Amino acid sequence: MAHPASPFLSVLILLLIAGVTALIILVLSGKVLPLLKPNNPKAAKLRVYECGVPIQQDGARHKYTVRFYLTAMLFILFDVEAAFLFPWAVNFKHALWTFGAMLSFMATLLVGFIYAWGKGAFEWER
Amino acid sequence: MSEMNFNDAVMTTRLDAVVNWGRKNSLWPMPFGVACCAIEFMSMMASKYDLSRFGAEAMRFSPRQSDMMLVLGTITNKMAPVLRTIYAQMAEPKWVISVGVCASSGGMYRTYSTLQGIDRVIPVDVYVPGCPPRPESMIYGVMKLQEKIEKESLSMRKDHIERFYESLDRQEALQAAKGLTGQQAIREMMFDAADRGVGTIF
Repeated sequence: MAHPASPFLSVLILLLIAGVTALIILVLSGKVLPLLKPNNPKAAKLRVYECGVPIQQDGARHKYTVRFYLTAMLFILFDVEAAFLFPWAVNFKHALWTFGAMLSFMATLLVGFIYAWGKGAFEWER
Repeated sequence: MSEMNFNDAVMTTRLDAVVNWGRKNSLWPMPFGVACCAIEFMSMMASKYDLSRFGAEAMRFSPRQSDMMLVLGTITNKMAPVLRTIYAQMAEPKWVISVGVCASSGGMYRTYSTLQGIDRVIPVDVYVPGCPPRPESMIYGVMKLQEKIEKESLSMRKDHIERFYESLDRQEALQAAKGLTGQQAIREMMFDAADRGVGTIF
């Protein structure tokens, strides 16, 4: 009587062949197979380039300090405020409530200004 | 072809034939698009004309990953060293198709600033005329290149590329010796070549 696992002998053989093949490929790919691939290194081929010309400046990728972005954001805030003041001033016609509205707008920004001041955002050396 | 059949079971062939058969059916194009021919190139690659029918659908925009450069448009003298750098960066073996009259001969730009044919600075395999050529013409150019690849010998292609790299070394030596820019060095090399009665600098 045949062993109950005997129908699966072919599967075992298949697994063994697959494992050995994988191992052979792994071993060959280290030293042997690279010998088959074309390898033509040239100084001009390996050189770093940018748009077909040598790199123009080395420092194009250096990091900027975060204070540049902080200053830029605060500048945009108060630049928008100033830009908003001009059309308002041109159209201002003795109306007390428009004056109050602008004062409240500036007061809102002033809170932010004082907050940034208190946090030391205007101190360059930190 | 020098192929023989042994009872239809074994087929012998030359190494050149096998390798070239593989090469001609797996061209990786790179567009060097500088003018309107590049617009035609887009339709050549797109579904209507579909260059992938010829085994060349793997378009790459990096010269390091491609082996067929299509020069699409007017090359100025200032662009010549750039073209040479890009050609030098390409993977070997490499082929060049000069698309359009501007790349092939300067075309209508018979001026001081335009390179009168890119074959003066890099080796060109196939020229496609037209201003700009229709996508069919470009595909015909690719087919002609395939015919050429089929017939060429491997060592000749290698020597062909080697000669270009030698000329690039000469150009760099000239630049270093006289403090010239690439453009000026190529100009001097072209004058030297003209004195020797040659049209090319490689």
